[in-house]
Amino acid sequence: MTVNTEKSREAWTLVARSDDVAEGGRQVIELGNDVQIGLFRFKGKLYAYENLCPHQSGPACQGRMVDGVRERIEEGGRSAGLAFDKDDPHIVCPWHGFEYRLTTGEHAGVPSIRLRGFGVREEGGDIHVAL
Amino acid sequence: MTTTHQPKPLPTQEITTRTHTADILANARRDTDRYGLDKVFICDVDSHHAELNSWKDIISYVEDPVLRDIAQQMMIHRPQAGQLALSNYKAGLALQDAGARIPHQSGLAESVPDTGDARDVELVRRAMDAMSIDVQVVFPQPMLEIGLHPEKGIAVQLMKAYNRWFVENVLPKDPRIKTMLGLPFEDPQASLETIREFGDHPDVLGFLVTSQRHAGVHRNEYMPLYAELEERGLPIGFHAGPTWEDSMTSTMNRFLSVHAMSFVTCNMTHLTNWIVNGIPERFPRLKTIWIESGLAWLPFMMQRLDHEYLMRQSEAPLLRRLPSDYMRQMYYTSQPIEITDMALLESTFNAMNAKDTLLYSSDWPHWDFDVPGRIMGIPFLDEQAKLNILGGNARKVFDL
Ligand code: FES
Repeated sequence: MTVNTEKSREAWTLVARSDDVAEGGRQVIELGNDVQIGLFRFKGKLYAYENLCPHQSGPACQGRMVDGVRERIEEGGRSAGLAFDKDDPHIVCPWHGFEYRLTTGEHAGVPSIRLRGFGVREEGGDIHVAL
Repeated sequence: MTTTHQPKPLPTQEITTRTHTADILANARRDTDRYGLDKVFICDVDSHHAELNSWKDIISYVEDPVLRDIAQQMMIHRPQAGQLALSNYKAGLALQDAGARIPHQSGLAESVPDTGDARDVELVRRAMDAMSIDVQVVFPQPMLEIGLHPEKGIAVQLMKAYNRWFVENVLPKDPRIKTMLGLPFEDPQASLETIREFGDHPDVLGFLVTSQRHAGVHRNEYMPLYAELEERGLPIGFHAGPTWEDSMTSTMNRFLSVHAMSFVTCNMTHLTNWIVNGIPERFPRLKTIWIESGLAWLPFMMQRLDHEYLMRQSEAPLLRRLPSDYMRQMYYTSQPIEITDMALLESTFNAMNAKDTLLYSSDWPHWDFDVPGRIMGIPFLDEQAKLNILGGNARKVFDL
């Protein structure tokens, strides 16, 4: 079971089956009340965010998933170029490119900008989200 | 407690270059509902279509038979020349989509029914519908780089061909589509002819100087253009463009840096020449629009030029007021509006008298576009100022 929530007092809503969200994959879901959420699975753990970018309301969860970029700095401050960080996948809002860390929902450069996250519970092949 | 909704996976799980514009911009509908934008007159003063899809047709409008043949042969015999023959497409611009992270910048590749119209007509309509836009001023994309073409004669021929193609094949297709046509600025006579040929067209709202870096806009040979535009009551727009080849940007290693600086310095240069040489005094009724450089540069320029002018008045003897006073009599498009510090933005709006001088623009489908809700969400603007910026000011500038 995956429990990832500080909001466990909220209503749990059945949103998907476990099979719907593969490792490294996602499922973006429309709920009945005009709320869309993106479910993501990374290293076995599930994450849920509202599909609404704090920048200009873009559909962040429908963007490209791409590993975060690091700049490798050698001793003496020389740059050894760019590299992907496989432990820090990002969701990229397709409207203007804001990148959010999949594991926290925070903007990769300015963490005070963040996607609205929801608690997730996975049990018996069902995925519930705390709304 | 467990409740059961009817969760449905979205049909579009990942937005790509092939996604329908309505799906990419679906969330813009939220702004429409929240702010009642369906009831607001919205004029988008800067948006684009991808003329590369129609390049073969555009080339057929090139007047010079030798150049036309060269281009047509290129399209037959050179791989990938089909959309680029004769153009000045720069490899660096392909970095705009941030490695396909921002897919609509890469060229909207969604399917469009074959109606016989240029596919861009349908794409423009889809964007207008998604953003509740009533009138959209549409410009080309790569053709805006025409001011950077290394061969002036080709630049002039291409601009003329594109203009004729656009007026014949796009403008008649939808009454909501308007344009400001680019001038073949390297050739002042051809520019004058362009204004005379299309200046009476009801959907041609004005004329543009595009991405031009190397012409002093105050040179005497351009005065007949400005006089003609003033006489006709048509505005002149300066649409900035980016290049990696400004001496300053040539040191830069990231597109972010080039994009941040190159548009702005392009317009800064022309605006400085425009004011210091007293063009607003010579043509007081000529309406001038500065397009696509955001707004943050304006307070800087106001302070900088006022400061210099007071000490060196004899170098700008035509001026009767401070440079910033002339700047407040010109117009500016909003995109990309720099909303990162609300206090700075408010000062900028005050400095430029934005409620009367700012014109909403989306710049769709470019990577840094702004939806109309961007303006509605600015907390320090009153309702009237928002309506002015979204469409009221444009109504006045363009006599809509
Ligand atoms: S709306 Fe998401 S990056 Fe702008």
